[in-house]
Amino acid sequence: MIHKNERRLALSYINVAYFAFLIGTFCGLMQVFIRNNALKLPAWLDYYQILTVHGVLLALIFTTYFIFAFFITGVSKTLGDFGPKVRSVSWLGFYVMTIGTVMATVMIISGKASVLYTFYAPLKASGWYYVGLALFIIGTWIAGFAILGHYASWKRRNKGVLSPLFAFMTVSTIILWIIACLGVVATVVFQFIPWAFGWTETINVELSRTLFWYFGHPLVYFWLLPAYMAWYTVVPKIIGGKVFSDSLARLAFVLFILFSIPVGFHHQMVEPGIPAFWKFLQTCLTFMVIIPSLMTAFSMFATFETAGRQKGGKGLFGWFTKLPWKDIRFTSIFIAMVFFIPGGAGGIINASFQLDEVVHNTLWIVGHFHITVGTPVAMTFMGLTFWLVPYLTGRKFTNSLKKLAFIQIITWAIGMLLMSTSQHILGLMGAPRRTSYAGYNGKKTALEWFNGIVANHVTMAIGGSILFLSAMLLIYIVAMSMFVSPKALDREDQVEFPLAESDQSGTPRFLENWWIWIGISFALIFVAYTIPIMHMIEHAPPGSIGYKTW
Amino acid sequence: MHLHRYEKIWLSFGILSLILFLTIIGINAFGQNHTPAGGMMTIDPKKVDQTPPFDHPGVVKLDDNRYQVAIVGMAFGYKPSQIRVPAGKEIIFKVTSADVTHSFTIIHTKVNMMAVPGQINTKSYTFQKPGKYLILCNEYCGSGHQFMQTEIEVYQP
Repeated sequence: MIHKNERRLALSYINVAYFAFLIGTFCGLMQVFIRNNALKLPAWLDYYQILTVHGVLLALIFTTYFIFAFFITGVSKTLGDFGPKVRSVSWLGFYVMTIGTVMATVMIISGKASVLYTFYAPLKASGWYYVGLALFIIGTWIAGFAILGHYASWKRRNKGVLSPLFAFMTVSTIILWIIACLGVVATVVFQFIPWAFGWTETINVELSRTLFWYFGHPLVYFWLLPAYMAWYTVVPKIIGGKVFSDSLARLAFVLFILFSIPVGFHHQMVEPGIPAFWKFLQTCLTFMVIIPSLMTAFSMFATFETAGRQKGGKGLFGWFTKLPWKDIRFTSIFIAMVFFIPGGAGGIINASFQLDEVVHNTLWIVGHFHITVGTPVAMTFMGLTFWLVPYLTGRKFTNSLKKLAFIQIITWAIGMLLMSTSQHILGLMGAPRRTSYAGYNGKKTALEWFNGIVANHVTMAIGGSILFLSAMLLIYIVAMSMFVSPKALDREDQVEFPLAESDQSGTPRFLENWWIWIGISFALIFVAYTIPIMHMIEHAPPGSIGYKTW
Repeated sequence: MHLHRYEKIWLSFGILSLILFLTIIGINAFGQNHTPAGGMMTIDPKKVDQTPPFDHPGVVKLDDNRYQVAIVGMAFGYKPSQIRVPAGKEIIFKVTSADVTHSFTIIHTKVNMMAVPGQINTKSYTFQKPGKYLILCNEYCGSGHQFMQTEIEVYQP
């Protein structure tokens, strides 16, 4: 069991995460019915306000808070108790993040920031919204530096020893996050805040978009890598195996540091201001990120097969039946992985230069988002929640909760399958994303989006409703294991932190030489961004004044 | 670093596929000139209505085979409201925004362009079939975003 203070810290993060999840999923439910024209909002509430809450609370707040809870617990378990300095800096980070979150949420709810979580200029929200976002990011940096400090002190005490795999992966993810945030901090602090408070009159729109997407894509990897951490380090233990290859796992994470950041242009394929060559270069760099994902897929199935065969699985696929399907900790994550196969393939399509024109800003993108972040990532987090909360509270994960957890995971999978499939199909038929209900004056093309069996808003609404029920079930499970379940007094009732053994004997030392990877990462960013950004600044059109169009 | 034989096969297959995909995309883009919408021209977003060609938005015949269509996106509609172009001819769309970021997206075609204030976006397209095509904004631009639409009529010349 980890130290009481780290438990309290991690539980505080989880509480905020699931509070955000509760409100965020409720907003999701309302959206499907508004789009379906089944629900009319009161005059003081707007569809895009709800959409902004949904995006910010689920994509940013839920994920980030949960990730930090997972990091703190795992790092404390593998590197030992936090010292007093790490402890207080961690709490400081938590409070700064939370103040920022509350500020941003209040601004959205009071209708002063219906700009969605991408906050594209020159839509102008209240300056306090951007200050809230900036505080949130600064809070994550403080909390991240606390963990890096803990890691550094462990390295000092264990000279020449490779750190445990979990800690290595945490450090990689935090490094990626800090480098990625430089873009959003630059645009928020130097462009949005002075402009929103009226200290500057205009804003360079194209530059703000580029700086945002410099951050916006690695943000996706900041969500995905903690899920990968669970796949690499937690899953093998649950199925009774070992980490397939320690060195390859570390190499995969290093490749993510290198290639997840210099790729933001693939979100800007169909906009002016960036020469085609630079868009294509970033397409190529985007494709490099596929390599560590292929490595991960291989490692996962190799681990499954090795463990299954050890348990006596025979023949080509006999090992498959030997996997612990009745263990929700495994089944949840397995289903999450399966969703990532079409999710990853869709990602390759989105990044493929010209193909983006077919799907850009259509509902396809929304579908893609929901079967990548909404399923592999979120469902892995759910699978972790089932044991992480009882582990931290010292309560039992009772049999009835285990059964509910199965229902929760299965309903989430069915809901996502229905909703995201229909979103993908509607997107291919041209239906736009981020829109409230509109019949487009009954145009024939638009009517197709609302009629039909599979590709219609009915399927989306059914999927969305199932997802909401599943989300409420999850909230119930979290609340029970947080406050109500009986304390695990006997040893066998205590929930463990399943962490697999990882053989470091073949792992090359240079993999943990961070300065090499940070250096190469900056070199790649320099190559991919310097010339286009210099052009955007030197040949900037007159800036844009702000607009409040909601 | 030890690599399992099957893993080598898997990764080689994967990496070779990526190279193949990128080569196809690259040849298609730069060899056959199929790049996505783009352009490096800028414009003063406050003076869109005074700057050619957006001072007279609409269709202009450039020569026998090429037509230019200048379009201004604004909250929550497009200028001009009526667009008629011939089928089988190259149509060069030039798009900008008079206020926030919008898009100019013709459903069931490859014309899907961002309208960014201060920038002029360009895309060339040839309609094969006559008919009416729905155009809409697929970039969130405010409370009337879902009403931002128009139509393009493609006639048989």
